[in-house]
Amino acid sequence: MAKKLMKGNEAIAEAAIKAGCRYFFGYPITPQNEIPEYMSRRMPQIGGTFVQAESEVSAINMVYGAAGAGARAMTSSSSPGISLKQEGISYIACSELPAVIVNMMRTGPGLGGILPSQGDYFQAVKGGGHGDYHLIVLAPSSIQEAADLIMDGFDLADIYRNPVMILGDGMIGQMMEPVEFKEPGKRPLPAKDWAATGWDGKSRKRAVINSLYIAAEEMEEVMARLKARYDEIEKKEKRVEEYMMDDAEVCITAYGTVARIAKSTAQKLRSEGIKAGVIRPITLWPFPSETYEKYCGQVDFFFDVEMSLGQMLEDVKLAVNGRKPVEFMGVVGGSVPTPNQIREKIMEVIRREK
Amino acid sequence: MTKVFEKTKMLTDVPFHYCPGCTHGIAHRLVAECIEELGMCDKAVGIAPVGCAVFAYKYFNCDMYEASHGRAPSVATGAKRVHPENLVFTYQGDGDLASMGTAEIVHAAARGENISVIFINNAIYGMTGGQMAPTSIMGQVTTTSPYGRKKELNGMPVKMSEMLAVLDGSYYIERCSLHDVANIRKAKAAIKKAFRYQMEGKGFSMVELLSTCPTNWGMTPVKACEWLKENMIPYYPLGVKKEGSTL
Repeated sequence: MAKKLMKGNEAIAEAAIKAGCRYFFGYPITPQNEIPEYMSRRMPQIGGTFVQAESEVSAINMVYGAAGAGARAMTSSSSPGISLKQEGISYIACSELPAVIVNMMRTGPGLGGILPSQGDYFQAVKGGGHGDYHLIVLAPSSIQEAADLIMDGFDLADIYRNPVMILGDGMIGQMMEPVEFKEPGKRPLPAKDWAATGWDGKSRKRAVINSLYIAAEEMEEVMARLKARYDEIEKKEKRVEEYMMDDAEVCITAYGTVARIAKSTAQKLRSEGIKAGVIRPITLWPFPSETYEKYCGQVDFFFDVEMSLGQMLEDVKLAVNGRKPVEFMGVVGGSVPTPNQIREKIMEVIRREK
Repeated sequence: MTKVFEKTKMLTDVPFHYCPGCTHGIAHRLVAECIEELGMCDKAVGIAPVGCAVFAYKYFNCDMYEASHGRAPSVATGAKRVHPENLVFTYQGDGDLASMGTAEIVHAAARGENISVIFINNAIYGMTGGQMAPTSIMGQVTTTSPYGRKKELNGMPVKMSEMLAVLDGSYYIERCSLHDVANIRKAKAAIKKAFRYQMEGKGFSMVELLSTCPTNWGMTPVKACEWLKENMIPYYPLGVKKEGSTL
């Protein structure tokens, strides 16, 4: 298929359709409006359903209803709207429903602003809603990758019966890049024999989509099942890109939009004789800790760059576990760091350490 | 021996957890009988609320969801859009529908969502132990209105059926009561009508059922039925509030 120049939000919407998503429930919020707008145009053309809900709270519960009925369902929003969805996300996680949720992060807390940010890492990776659960969190750093991860995300959600979050930022949503929609690979997916589709009384068990377990032993059983699933996901689904890490002495680490800038920074540093490389987590949960461990003996220090006050930083530090210094640069308020700004900060560390 | 009565097969054999004299049991049976009598056993999908009926998914013998507090109409929207051929109903109390879930119920009606809502109005929060509901009547003593509901402090009770009836998306809205046999029979006819309208694709329908809560009202079941008749019906007049589209 030929490459097409597309805005990130629109590419994400089209990728979801290519992945078989026929039910989209949304609510307007900048900078993700092109997703519901695109869905409202495309869904009627292909026999799908688009509903503009009265709120993000309602939209995520429509996803709960549609996912519980066995459909590939999706919603999208941006930071303040994602906060509103957290209750529903927690219910979806406990009810073991597959669904895809897109967050095009903007600055915050509060109403914040509409510029790009990575301030929702904690919310996405450490819980967000109440209770003991994990989302599979995928962080694209290009439009192409966003499209690929959406398609993958629907499969992962189905395979593990677990909600998947695509964690992008305003930059991924708004910029344009060439994108090619690859035919989604045919993966064996489990039958949705648990879905509430109407019951004839014999062909399967009565479907109950539920997250209420009053008896301690019942809740414990559910949690044990979730834990086993989380362990399996941690074992099988970690994804990470290592960029020029073979002989790296300085390891820059970043995800999403910032990782692209980190790569340019590494190239710049290398042209100046500093052996820099980049570790870019693609799955933020499960977090690719082993990749950091692997380089602890090789690099002088790790340098984490985020558009936040330091959130992934905690996971990087846990992975490095004191074996090497972990430096941090946070850019907040909506501006995106330039390669030169990152380079400057790294040079400061190098000068300080000498 | 000839069998003259049989429990509907749309209720499971799980014993109800409801308090003695509570009208939830009657409401459940009416809903279940209507599903069976309409021949929709294998098409029915129900959405349970948060509140006393939170375990409704154990009792209705069809595919069920348990929704978060107030969101049942949104969950029903998702379920119905995926399988429009199914008979999708929510079963919600007054705290769920008239307080936490006001946005969801209003907009499900505004969209003309083709679902049916069974709204149990017993003017109190039962599950949490008798707190004031948005539908508690003036002067009603509850654990959070210990001096009686006062206009200055608590505002006025919400008449959901009248409120939803003004929306063009609503096709059928009726308020019934479960305090005596004649009214129970009317309630069943209303529920069946609501389901039938859904099967005909007419759009949003809701049947409000005035119900008793002897435990939290602090009355015997018989006294509770009398109290409902004397105190609730004057504020919440029975009858059809909307039927058919004006557009």
